[in-house]
Amino acid sequence: MSKSMVRLEPIKYHVPLARPKQGVAGKTGFWRTEKPIVDNEKCIRCYLCEIYCPVNVIRVEPETGVTIDYDYCKGCGVCSDVCPVNAIRMVPEE
Amino acid sequence: MAQQTLPQIPIKKGEPAYKLWIFEPEWKGELPLILNPRQLAEQKRAAILPGHRLCAGCAAPIIVKLASFAFRGPTIVVNATGCLEVATTIFPYTSWAVPWIHNAFENAAATASGVESAIKAFKKTGRLPWDHVDVVVFGGDGGTFDIGLQSLSGAAERGHDFLYILYDNEAYMNTGIQRSGGTPKYAWTTTSPVGSVLPGKTQHKKPIADIMVAHRIPYVATATPAHWLDLMKKVRKGIEVNGPAFIHALSSCDRGWRHDTALAIEVSRRAVDTCYFPLWEWTPEKGYMLTDRSLSIARNPKLKQPIERFLEVQGRFKHLLRPENRHLLRDLQEWVDKVWEDLLNRAVNAPR
Repeated sequence: MSKSMVRLEPIKYHVPLARPKQGVAGKTGFWRTEKPIVDNEKCIRCYLCEIYCPVNVIRVEPETGVTIDYDYCKGCGVCSDVCPVNAIRMVPEE
Repeated sequence: MAQQTLPQIPIKKGEPAYKLWIFEPEWKGELPLILNPRQLAEQKRAAILPGHRLCAGCAAPIIVKLASFAFRGPTIVVNATGCLEVATTIFPYTSWAVPWIHNAFENAAATASGVESAIKAFKKTGRLPWDHVDVVVFGGDGGTFDIGLQSLSGAAERGHDFLYILYDNEAYMNTGIQRSGGTPKYAWTTTSPVGSVLPGKTQHKKPIADIMVAHRIPYVATATPAHWLDLMKKVRKGIEVNGPAFIHALSSCDRGWRHDTALAIEVSRRAVDTCYFPLWEWTPEKGYMLTDRSLSIARNPKLKQPIERFLEVQGRFKHLLRPENRHLLRDLQEWVDKVWEDLLNRAVNAPR
């Protein structure tokens, strides 16, 4: 118990600022019910899946093809819908 | 002007493609507008980071991502309350890789005016370390058609230099699919239910882009995420003009429109193919100009599809396809045709 009810030391105050971070809602890959599986043999490197991915997790490299970050992929299926050669298929998650 | 690339690019092999946008003071020049998909993938980073809480299959982050590919340098994003705002910024974290300011439902354009005035004052007193800082506003249809129209109109009248991107998902999706001024006629929402008495909403959609044309601001356009090249070009034009610019982007919502999550892009494409949502841009010098797919349809009317093609994939219009509601479908088709004919008469590049 302090002797005086008056606080003598100044209150530490800072502006509450939000920080940029990946995964604001955690690993959103847990939401997935269907998983996109890429057949890189079929892929023609048109980059449409990378351009249209709402969660921005698809990378297309000219040599290696498509890689998907399954930590954040929500499994919406937009990539398989826009793929012109059907190289991405959706399989049910176990 | 010498064009420079974004700091920290090109993206190295194996490192994540998402990073914060950091522009050192004294950074000069402007980012190039890249329209080649391969170069775009190699050199551009999106302003929105993965792991946000928007629904699977939402088209709003696609619009944000494509718009951010067209940003020309340091940019401040102002966000009206809505799905995009509540889902990307959960305190103490944010999904935005660019400076971002939150504001209430009704004052997105007023906040942007203040930000733009502050930038102007900094520039005047020589305290701005960059050539230009752009202000981009993202607002939903509730925050633009209904609640935020007065602040948007005021900011357009005062002539502040900002770009307002409206992502229109045609109802208050954030609070549970209530009708808004942007909901089309005969659409199901929770406050305009479909039953034996009412066939969904009984009023037509507000022509928001034409309202902004009537303000005589330097640039107005409509866009969809399906036509990504068109959207990026329009965003760049809107940022480059000196004065307010407005882009009306159709953003499909799988929960509210009741369609499959994978069809987000397909629905937007059908909206343009059926002329339900024509793509055009307006400048005071040239007037209405059709772009992309809508220009093809104007040149070759055989490409225009019946409105059923747009309605059949959405559950909110399911009742219109029943045989007893054929007169409602005809009414909607007549309205779409009338708006399209009207646009064809006004467009300067439509064939006569």
